Amino acid sequence: MLRDMDDDKVFKALADPTRRHLLDRLFERDGRTLTELESELEMTRFGVMKHLRVLEDAGLVVTRREGREKLHFLNPVPIRLIHDRWIDKYTEHRVAALADLKHELEESA
Amino acid sequence: MTTLTAQTTQVYNVFIRATPEQIWDAITKSEFTQQYFYGARIDVRGDRRFSAIGELEWDDEVLESDPPRKLVHGWVSGYDSDMAAEEASRVTWEIEAQDGGITKLTVVHDQLEGAPKTAENVAGGWMYILSGLKTLLETGKPLAG
Repeated sequence: MLRDMDDDKVFKALADPTRRHLLDRLFERDGRTLTELESELEMTRFGVMKHLRVLEDAGLVVTRREGREKLHFLNPVPIRLIHDRWIDKYTEHRVAALADLKHELEESA
Repeated sequence: MTTLTAQTTQVYNVFIRATPEQIWDAITKSEFTQQYFYGARIDVRGDRRFSAIGELEWDDEVLESDPPRKLVHGWVSGYDSDMAAEEASRVTWEIEAQDGGITKLTVVHDQLEGAPKTAENVAGGWMYILSGLKTLLETGKPLAG
């Protein structure tokens, strides 16, 4: 399943504090170069590149070329897809249970 | 809460198990858009992109059209009077076929410098729209809720 493979990549990419930190930096302001991101992390350029590649492979970071620069953008769509696939599924049940309870209480009132 | 300055260039992408032609139809025909684009009926005809939500109707300029690969159009948030008063921004849809029946769809919403309220508003919106579009094309059904 393509969907499951995609989910694996997203969960793996998120299972690392440095990568989550990078996403938070991009959430605050994206469209940044590797040099800008590197300056905020105590890590070698190679290390940051490696983490960015994992994030890009999972679709969480998208790069665009602007002139000579390569800019990194946060792409939250895969997180939304996981939300739709996993979170909604479980919360929907609870919301439905509450709706049933409300209905029953109103019936008996 | 972190206060954010919404980005004046926003980039989103999603991989969809569908052909470029299917994606092109899904973004240019209201029979599809109303199922995933906040109920908006959107039709691209000639050099205009017509939008309608309920009684509200507006249209934007199509700047470039190369079916089924690329669509560039102006964006005015006609669904909200405050935002509609802001300057027009620009939306670029790039559709690229990949191996194995997968198509990569990239949305770039830029030139948002004169539309700060729109920039903030669409940031969450695109995520929801693209996720809904993927679900619709892959399952034939809109997202629940």
